Amino acid sequence: MAAAIQCRDLRKTYDGKVEAVRGLSLEIRTGECFGLLGPNGAGKTTTIEILEGLLQPTSGQVTVLGHTWQENSRQLREWLGISLQETRLSEKLTVRETIELFASFYSQPRSSDEVLDQLQLREKADAWVGKLSGGQRQRLAVATALVGNPRILFLDEPTTGLDPQSRRQLWDIVRAFQQNGGTVLLTTHYMDEAERLCDRLAIIDHGQVIAEGTPADLIERLGGHHVVEFEASGNGNDGANADLWRTLPGVEAVRHDDGLVCLSVREPHTTIPALLDAVEKQGSALQHLTTRQASLEDVFVRLTGRHLREE
Amino acid sequence: MEDGRLARRQDTRTNIGMTVAQQTPTPEAQAKPNSPPLRNGRWAGYWHLLMARMKEMQREPEVIFWVFVFPILLALGLGIAFRNKPADVTSIAVVAGPNAQDVLDLIQRSPQKSSIHADLLDRPLALKGFRLGKYDLVVESEGKGSFKYFYDPARSESVLSHAEVDSALQSAAGRQNPLATAVVVSSEPGSRYIDFLIPGLIGMNVMNAAMWGIGFAIVDMRQRKLLKRFVATPMRRSDFLLAIACSRLVLMILEVGLLLGFGRLVFHMRVLGPVLTILMLGALGALSFAGVGLLTACRAQKIESVSGLINLVMMPMWVFSGVFFSYERFPAVIHPLIKVLPLTALNDALRATILEGTPLTAQPERMLILVLWGGISFALALKWFRWT
Repeated sequence: MAAAIQCRDLRKTYDGKVEAVRGLSLEIRTGECFGLLGPNGAGKTTTIEILEGLLQPTSGQVTVLGHTWQENSRQLREWLGISLQETRLSEKLTVRETIELFASFYSQPRSSDEVLDQLQLREKADAWVGKLSGGQRQRLAVATALVGNPRILFLDEPTTGLDPQSRRQLWDIVRAFQQNGGTVLLTTHYMDEAERLCDRLAIIDHGQVIAEGTPADLIERLGGHHVVEFEASGNGNDGANADLWRTLPGVEAVRHDDGLVCLSVREPHTTIPALLDAVEKQGSALQHLTTRQASLEDVFVRLTGRHLREE
Repeated sequence: MEDGRLARRQDTRTNIGMTVAQQTPTPEAQAKPNSPPLRNGRWAGYWHLLMARMKEMQREPEVIFWVFVFPILLALGLGIAFRNKPADVTSIAVVAGPNAQDVLDLIQRSPQKSSIHADLLDRPLALKGFRLGKYDLVVESEGKGSFKYFYDPARSESVLSHAEVDSALQSAAGRQNPLATAVVVSSEPGSRYIDFLIPGLIGMNVMNAAMWGIGFAIVDMRQRKLLKRFVATPMRRSDFLLAIACSRLVLMILEVGLLLGFGRLVFHMRVLGPVLTILMLGALGALSFAGVGLLTACRAQKIESVSGLINLVMMPMWVFSGVFFSYERFPAVIHPLIKVLPLTALNDALRATILEGTPLTAQPERMLILVLWGGISFALALKWFRWT
């Protein structure tokens, strides 16, 4: 498949000292939903705004749909739909007026009614933007991006601060856009969002891509398949014990997390009996024992030693 | 195992899709465009921006006050404070005493009796009233046709009152004037302070409304990241700035019309120039200050900083441009500097048009000053504008 967006060795330095993006390369294919996953301050917004042509990179190349921002920005603007992380639209305009305003900027927009229906804003069409709920505002923000009939949709933290139902509604909208052949690039710090919505993603930390692939692939490669978490009384989480846990059958990685020992394992049914034996031999007792599917969070923690939500 | 993991993930995904599909009509079906494709013309964006801005202003209740109530209150207050006192009545105090009645009788018999208001008071009260400015003159009779005046040569009303009262008393007492003089009264609408004031207020109001209206709106939109959102679309940046500038025009017509109408109705002001010409001047002024307002707000990130800037830009014009008093009072050396200020050009042109009926074609240099301020500011604003 052809690349919708390509960037090579992007760097962005603010005020000559803060390095927000440090040599970042991506290739987003036409028709896929690509996610930039990373904690706050990782450089996601800077990256997406460079790709959107709203920020100048300090160095590096960007190509969108085969064009560069320098030579063809006007045409590119017609092809892209953008929802910024934080835009407060005019509160005293109605939903319909806002959508029609944005539609008027494009040479061949979609009809406002169609967009109102698609984003389930029909009953709020004549309400002032100031009276909308958080989820409705976010859908309106996406509506202003979709009304231009874009080929690529950029969403920067589209569901931050939304309730679960509003998040699902937005996910459906994104999928519908994709099913009609659109390409989506989104940033998020929610691993579940990345996991469910994105075909492929890049995990970003300190302005660099630290891992890239499909969610399943990343989890397979880096998260282990399952995670066994437990707490054993009577022993500290010292290095000697960590060595002990690592020797258990099927264990791929060991880490300590807030008093818990987390084992990345391939097959829980072989590891757990061995674990129980080992704990018993030590003369200590098991406080908790849970197993779960590995997630992108585990991938991130494995790669950085930190959680996504921490600084 | 890997396959199983993938399958699970896809299951979850399908399940969610189905749950939502049951709740709501399928988004995919609706997403299919079924209406004929729309095409926007060159000016669709400009037009929508202009209409959106107008609607926003119309829905902002404060606008009513600043645009309509405030200028009228200002005109009313100043018009009353500086109204021409009817035939310049002078208030004097006559010190109570045995011959005080003689003074009052003489004034009553004098030709100037209608323009002198006399109160009979004890000496300390009379002098106190004089000191406080309530009386322009104190007259004390010393008996046998001899009078003493207390007056302050530094107060022009006092000097006038002295001359007037002295003349009244002298002629009532039988003075014959050696010369025959005649006067023609000239105190008609057109030469009063309010006539000078109203065009100045119109000019100032056009400036205030354009600068504040635009400066605040721009910085507010910048803070809300709305400007950034706009430039993420194919919107033409010049269209946006032009729409913001032009959004002042309709309000300008209301403001100018209201002040003119108010001057006519309440102060019986005579408007010599055609209203259409005055509105054209107002439009030129509004666009010129819209340009200056855009330039003032082209970089500011916060409302506080733009407020300071706007005041800084407007302050010299409030003082020098002849809103409340003529700039002729400033030294002639700086008149050329004052005359190139846009508000001076607007006020001078408004006064010439309203009070003298001078056509715009007779004052091209004032038009040129307004066009240059507006045009150059607009171009610089477009160049330096911070959209993010």
